Amino acid sequence: MRIYFLMILLLCSVPLLSQSCDYTLSGVLTDLHDGSVLEGATLIVAGSERFVVTDSEGKFMILNLCNGTYSIQVSHPYCLTKGYSVTLSGDTFKSFKLEHHLEELEGISIDGRTIRNQSKTLQENILSKEELERFGSRSLGDALASLSGVSSLNTGNTVIKPMINGLHSSRVVIINNGVRMEDQEWGAEHAPNIDVNAIDKLTLIKGAGALQYSGDAIGGIIIAETSIIPFKDSLFGSTQLGGASNGKGTFMTTELTKSFENGWYANLQGSLKRFGDFETADYILSNTGINQQNAFLKTGFKSFDYGFEVFYSLFKNEIGILKASHVGSAQDLYRAIKSDRPLIIDEFAYDIIAPKQEVTHYLLGIKAYKRLGELGKLSFQYDFQRNKRLEFDIRRGSDKGDASLDLELDTYSLRLDLDANTSDQSSFKVGVAGSYQSNFAPNTGVRRLIPNYDKYDLGAYLVADYQLDDQWLFEIGARFDHTQMDVFKFYRKSFWESRNYNQLFADLVVEDDGNKIRTNPKLSFNSGSGTVGVVHYLDEKHKLYFNYSLTSRIPNPSELFSEGLHHSASRIELGDLTFNPEIGQKLSFTLERKEERFSYSINPYLNNILDFIVIEPITTNTTIRGTFQVWEYRQTNAQLLGVDFDASYVFNKALQFNHQVSLVKGVDKIQEEALINMPPINTTNEFVYYSSKIKNLRLALQSEYVFRQNEFPDTDFDIYIPETETYESVEVSSPPPAYHLLNLNSSIAFGFSEKSTLTVGFQITNMFNIYYRNYLNRMRFFADDLGRNVSVNIKLNY
Amino acid sequence: MKNLYFLATVLFTILLASCSKDNETPEAVNEEELITTLKVTLVPVSEGNTIVLTTRDLDGDGPNEPVVTVSSNLTAGVAYNGTIELLDETKSPADNITEEVEEEADEHQFFYTIGSGLDVTATATNLDSEGNLLGTEFELTANTASSGSLTFTLRHEPTKPNDGLSSAGGETDIAATFSITVE
Repeated sequence: MRIYFLMILLLCSVPLLSQSCDYTLSGVLTDLHDGSVLEGATLIVAGSERFVVTDSEGKFMILNLCNGTYSIQVSHPYCLTKGYSVTLSGDTFKSFKLEHHLEELEGISIDGRTIRNQSKTLQENILSKEELERFGSRSLGDALASLSGVSSLNTGNTVIKPMINGLHSSRVVIINNGVRMEDQEWGAEHAPNIDVNAIDKLTLIKGAGALQYSGDAIGGIIIAETSIIPFKDSLFGSTQLGGASNGKGTFMTTELTKSFENGWYANLQGSLKRFGDFETADYILSNTGINQQNAFLKTGFKSFDYGFEVFYSLFKNEIGILKASHVGSAQDLYRAIKSDRPLIIDEFAYDIIAPKQEVTHYLLGIKAYKRLGELGKLSFQYDFQRNKRLEFDIRRGSDKGDASLDLELDTYSLRLDLDANTSDQSSFKVGVAGSYQSNFAPNTGVRRLIPNYDKYDLGAYLVADYQLDDQWLFEIGARFDHTQMDVFKFYRKSFWESRNYNQLFADLVVEDDGNKIRTNPKLSFNSGSGTVGVVHYLDEKHKLYFNYSLTSRIPNPSELFSEGLHHSASRIELGDLTFNPEIGQKLSFTLERKEERFSYSINPYLNNILDFIVIEPITTNTTIRGTFQVWEYRQTNAQLLGVDFDASYVFNKALQFNHQVSLVKGVDKIQEEALINMPPINTTNEFVYYSSKIKNLRLALQSEYVFRQNEFPDTDFDIYIPETETYESVEVSSPPPAYHLLNLNSSIAFGFSEKSTLTVGFQITNMFNIYYRNYLNRMRFFADDLGRNVSVNIKLNY
Repeated sequence: MKNLYFLATVLFTILLASCSKDNETPEAVNEEELITTLKVTLVPVSEGNTIVLTTRDLDGDGPNEPVVTVSSNLTAGVAYNGTIELLDETKSPADNITEEVEEEADEHQFFYTIGSGLDVTATATNLDSEGNLLGTEFELTANTASSGSLTFTLRHEPTKPNDGLSSAGGETDIAATFSITVE
């Protein structure tokens, strides 16, 4: 109420003083030490309740000021607050500097930002906390898909798997708080086990940057970081509550940080999310709810010489899978495709029944560092992850309610990195890492999809960069990995013989009971990877990036060992024991212009992958349950050629236009046909209106147009339908038509006191409630995609 | 500071100690819901030969195709009492799956699809607890001399009652087609 009163007072003061009060104070906030811009700082006009927050370029703008002297208080979460006095005469430009403690000590920070600028010669796309908050009720994959060049491979609307420049699953590496996620990422229907609310910053590298963490990111790397802890005595937090109409869901997330000037700190974050059945424009998607819990805790100590951190994360997810998508045979699939509507539509419910997934991911990590005089900084990290995955199918008899798939993947890893002391122009980093992984699948009464195995990994890397002058920066990196797998697998005898394994791998057989063969394959892989890159600064506004990377990825367990019916895909999948690692070579080139008014980046790339592992249908197999399509993994040479384009134009203080377009062409060079599941061309156009007059109102109207994918391999097949005594084609390959979605995103922020702000967000997606299907959604055979969703969220910072 | 390192060491040791799992000899999985065999026995109501139709797929979804046998031709004008048996013959003795299906009768239904050339009629004779058709028992009448296909389909969780296969929905558990001749 006081705010309104003051506003009225402020407005009244205009005629009273008979003085023009439409001047603007604008400027940039920078770090005192290195001149870098400070984002997210709050500027408060003393004596009023007016405040503004600096944008990603450190800029701010305070409108409707009068001539005179103002006291401005500038605060930033990681700096000590400072007051300034500014005299205004007409529109005034003024720059402020803050002593940014964390920036100053960045070299020794261990709170997640250690992986800043992983690859200096690959352009990074970043999602800030503010942008991530708009996805609070959704998922990590949804947030990533808002970046150009990223799409998602979906299973319904809650299993959202990021796809970078057409590649996904094992080819995309996710780093969570410095730990490489090992969460059975090989599966197309396995989404990353990270809560979008637990992340403070998300960085996307469309290539094999970050050799420190992996040499096998043929598609790209996603780096999720938790919040930075300031070097001062403070206690702050935030709580966000939200609700959405589609799925009648709610979510809550809260975070609290306590830090001391002496270096000790603790941070706690938790979130809860529950949604019932989602709906399309026309009907309910039965059994598509989600129930998610997440907790994150970190505590530690940091100083210039040494420091440590212990962190723990728990992520738990229960996801319903569209009931109508659970089909028996190809005949069932044919019926589902022929029907415009799902064959099962029930009343709305929050309950999640089979088919469903239950995934729990535990992560515990310990990091420590010590400065070793002349040598540099030595860091140590140990982490343990357990991914427990349960998948429930519709079962019969005494097995009803039991999981069909039960996998427990444990990974222990240890790493040691040395950030060598070098000159200001260059940096040099070396490290070694080792890990042990064990997959354990208990007997569920259904044949194991992934066998039990033990995996040992040892890797070493080296990365260096050199800033020649203000125009050129060079970067080079190399990594070597040795991997051993000790696998314990039962093969069906008919399969073993049909693949000629009885000739090729007779020595792997441990036991043969006539039906099943117990084997013990021991696999060993050596893989090397490297990267070379250059950045050239053309002028103040333009920058050119060039990067070449060589990556190798060893085949994952499903590519090696699949041999049977994959229930959730209703197809038979066959792996191959003879696979070699994939070798990817990517050339990436980016031209970037950054300027106040007009900015853009254009990023063409070429990715050639030798021995690319694809799964595609080869035949059908008749069983007593009906006909099934047989999908077999094979190796080929693939080429992905594409371009991502981003542009933004600032019309004036209040209006901005953003544009994105991505296109990628994937070709199987041996079969000379298109690769399956390549994202179609898509473009996003957005007008953003911003007003600091009306409580920092932000209004964004977004148009999202997705073209039809016209390049796809023909994988349709014929089946016999006894009822009609005809052969019918099961159209599994043809992509759905193009679609256009309109979304509205708005937020408004109220300042309560110096330290607390309340932000209210209001969003509508698919405003016109259109019907559409997405080529990259595995549920497109069964149902439409989501209809209109209206959501509201309230966030309080304190 | 020493305390910190001590704490870290203790945690580390606990973690390493927790890492022991016996992967060496995994338990063999006996597929519990596997159906390898469908056996249809047709017993003439009055007199004649008993006819047995069998389809057997011992490797389940493995590469081998099911083996289909029909013991003899049907006789025109004869009515048969049919019973369907589902077995898992990878177990010894074979598991009788029909019992499980009958226990969950309200979630299952057998359908009989008669090919256009074949002049027979088939009607389910047993019901579930709700009074809807189950169809593990049925009556089949061979009308005139003819030949064509006869398909038995078992649906799990169909809509009940229904007007036949096309509106039943559910998931196909069994789809077995036989070539039948009536003479």
